[in-house]
Formats: sequence, structure tokens, C-alpha cells
Amino acid sequence: MSQPTDPDGSRRVAEQAARTSYGRLIAILSMRRRDIAAAEDALSEALIAALRTWPQTGVPTNPDAWLLTAARNRQKNEARARSVRQAAEPELMQQIELAEETVQASDRRLELMFVCAHPAIDPAARAPLMLQTVLGIDAATIARAFLVEPATMSQRLVRAKARIRDAGLRFGIPDRAEMAGRLDAVLDAIYAAFGQGWDRLDLPDMPEALTGEAIWLARLVVEMLPQEPEAKGLLALMLYSSARRLARRDDAGRFVPLDRQDPRLWDRTRILEAEALLTVASRAGRFGRYQCEAAIQSVHVQRPLTGRLNLTALLKLYDLLVTHADSIGARIGRAVVLAETGDIGSARAELDDLPQDRVRRHQPWWVARSQVSLLAGDIADAIACLTEAIRLTERPEIRDHLSDRRETLVRSLPA
Amino acid sequence: MKFMLAFTETADDFDQRNDPATAPVYWGGWSSFIDAMAQAGVFESGAGLQGPHTASTVRLRDGKRLVEDGPFADTKEQLAGFVIIEVPDLDAALDWAARAPSARTASVEVRPVLSPMSGPAA
Repeated sequence: MSQPTDPDGSRRVAEQAARTSYGRLIAILSMRRRDIAAAEDALSEALIAALRTWPQTGVPTNPDAWLLTAARNRQKNEARARSVRQAAEPELMQQIELAEETVQASDRRLELMFVCAHPAIDPAARAPLMLQTVLGIDAATIARAFLVEPATMSQRLVRAKARIRDAGLRFGIPDRAEMAGRLDAVLDAIYAAFGQGWDRLDLPDMPEALTGEAIWLARLVVEMLPQEPEAKGLLALMLYSSARRLARRDDAGRFVPLDRQDPRLWDRTRILEAEALLTVASRAGRFGRYQCEAAIQSVHVQRPLTGRLNLTALLKLYDLLVTHADSIGARIGRAVVLAETGDIGSARAELDDLPQDRVRRHQPWWVARSQVSLLAGDIADAIACLTEAIRLTERPEIRDHLSDRRETLVRSLPA
Repeated sequence: MKFMLAFTETADDFDQRNDPATAPVYWGGWSSFIDAMAQAGVFESGAGLQGPHTASTVRLRDGKRLVEDGPFADTKEQLAGFVIIEVPDLDAALDWAARAPSARTASVEVRPVLSPMSGPAA
């Protein structure tokens, strides 16, 4: 029991513990009874208890251990009579020492991720399930990241958890042969977590929380499966992105797009590590989505060295990406490069061919469309698209950036 | 955990049962599969079923009993038998299911058996 006992401070520590240790604790709590939903209930009750207790007793030295013990007791009490519940409080304090060891000794998140990636789980639910259980991201945010309706996503998640509870899936690290088969879903979830941290969730005072977790998990996978090039590709991809973290905002906190970033602010150590990972990965001779996306990043990183962006290489890589892993994001990226190489017609067609019901709510599609229209000389349409993109943007710094761009275009119009 | 493996077969599979040229291989495949489960100590109970032409389907609608011959006639895979096995988890059950002769031609449905100890209501 250390730190000062002001309620705000305690609440903040509880919230911080919730974000950083959520997945670790869910993994431990759900293992024995194979019930993720019950583990989530127990943990959220423990968090409520912490918010109530800590302001009075002070924040424990190891908040994770406290939460784990409290959640375990909640789980036990579920099955017991009400009277026992009250008697559990002193026992709770005694068990803290014990739980501390458990928390430090094992990080079972990766194990839980492989359970979520079990072949008996609906493939569309695998990555979302990992995000929710391992990283504590809520269903609405996950739905947004996967471009589906929140209700659909919640239903998918509930069904998958019921399946894990009732179908008798094996908990634990699968054997190597099996693990490779589940790797895709695990990598997808890690990357989606990184994307969420990158886009919105990481708070200014812990800028690396979720992206850092994602990189850490990817390192763990690379270590466990050194023969899998795609794991290295993903780690490289995230290192390239995070290397540019400081260059993404200017001194006034405004968003700086990639082509206008100051390369001197890029983290060279991370870039070099990423390049090395990519080289090693390529030796396996099994090319895939993440190696491809990392290679695209590598082309961007070379811009300050060569003084120009190698569009030919980029287009080739995007062609490959679309062949290996067709996705809306890949198509949008490819369209922008096509437009920049001067092939406006193909770029337009590429964007218009995408499923409209999905892309019309997808901000990057509108930004790309605006860019293509601008390159085509259709400034009015470029402005209209930007307006829609601004409407769909939730992050203030990106909204400001797009508004500035829109402003510039409006001013360039003949009066 | 107890699991039921429900084996379906195609019309071809059923035909093999009575064709003197194919019957020994057909029945041999199934009995060695059942033997393997028994030897591993996972087999609890189970049986093969007569072909779908022997099946009757009963429904009670508005208090009236409706009896039809057979299951859906146009279904390509028909129930051919089942076993109950006792294994640690789904993964082990799936491993056994994959060894069933009909896994190669039709399919095997694997389901946990509802029991008072492990059911969702517990």
C-alpha cells in the first residue's frame, strides 16, 4: 500500500491498470474454466471494487495482483453462498503475495490468442475476439476497425465466447504444426491492435500503450516461431510505422502527413531493425501480406535517401499486395499510387469498383477519392470528397489537417 | 469431456456396405477405427445405423402426427452412425473424427455431450 490516497489518483491508477493489464488478467482468469465471458464479468467487478477501495486504503504496490485476486474471489463466490462473500475480504489481502508471483511468472496472453484463433472458431470472429479479450478493446471500436455493424460484431463475439465455453476447445499453446495454421488470425489481431493504438486509443500520457503491446506480442510470436516470415514481416511493418511517431505531429500538435514529415525525426534504430527483419524474412521465400506491406513502408523510408518516392516500386508492391491479400485498404492504397503515376482513369475505376455500402462510411476512401479528383483537375469534386471525409473523421488533429487541405482547395477555385 | 461423433455418409458409401467387392474394405475400415478408439480407452458407446431408406421422420403439428419416410431426400450426406467418446478436449475429439472413414467422403459432426457437470446451465 504505497502511493497517496487521493480519489482521483486512485481512479487513474485503476483505469491504467485496466488498460495495461486487462488482457493479461483475462488470459489467466479464463484458462481454468475456459469461460471468457465469466472472466470478463469477474474482472470488471474487481475493477469496480478497486475504484471503491483504493481511494480509502491506498493503491496496492501491485495493482495487477490485487485485481487478479479480487477477480478470482468473485469467480469463486459466484458458486458459493452470499455469506461467504463477506468473509472473503481478509483472505483477499493475504492472497495478494501469492498472486503477485502468478502475474509476474506467466504471461498467458499469447496462449489465449491462439485459443481465439482455434479452427473451430468462426474465422470472422477470431481477430475481433482477440482484440476484445486480450487487449480490452470494446466491441463498437472493433466493429469500426473491421468495417461491420456494431450489432453484428457484438453478436459474433458473444457466439464465439459461448463456443469456447461449451465446445471444449483445448486451452494452451498448440503444437508447432498447428500453431502455424492459426498464425494468420493472431497476426491480424496484433496488427489491428496496433492500428487502434495508432489511430485513437493511445492517450497522450501513454502514447505507446497499445502500439507497444502489439509490438511486444509480435516479438513474442517471432521468438516462438522463428521460421515464420510473416511474423517478421508484421513486426517490421509496425517498427517502420512506430519509427515515425515523433514526426507525425508538428510543434503545435498538428498532424503531418507522411510525404511532409521531417525524416530527421524518424527513429533510425527501429528502421534498421525493420529492414533487417524484412531481409531475413525474405530468405524463407514465402511472401505474404505483412512482408509486402512492410516493403511498401521501406519504399517510403527510402524517399529522403534517394530524394524521390519510387512510384514504380510502390505500384509493383501494391499489385502484389492485392494478389496476396485483397482488401479495401490495399485497393485504396493502390488507387492513390496509380493516380500519382498518372493513370487517373484506372485509379478512379479502382475506387468506384469497391463495395460502395462499405467504403462510403470509410474515411480513407473519401480522402483517396479527393486526391484522385485533384490529380484529375476536378477541384470541385476533390472539395466535396474532403468535406465527406472531414464529416467521418473523429480525431481532431486529422480533421484539422483535412480542413486545412480543403481550405487551400477552396481558395484555389476561380472566384 | 464426452463428445458425440456423428458420422454422415454419401449414397456411394452406403452402397459399399452390400457390394461384395467393396464390403470387406468398407466394414474393415470402420471396425479398425472403432478398435483404435477402444484400445485408446476413449470409446464409450455407439452404433452404426441402417441406411436412410429405412428412416422415418415424425413431426407433431397442431396436434396431428405427420410421418414421412426418410429424412430430406435431396440431402447428399446422411447420418450413418455415431459414437460417444471420452477425451480431454475438442482438439482430441477432432483428431478422432478426422480418422473416421467417412471423414474422407462425407463429414463428421463433433459435439460435446450435455451433462449435468459440464452443461451451460451448471
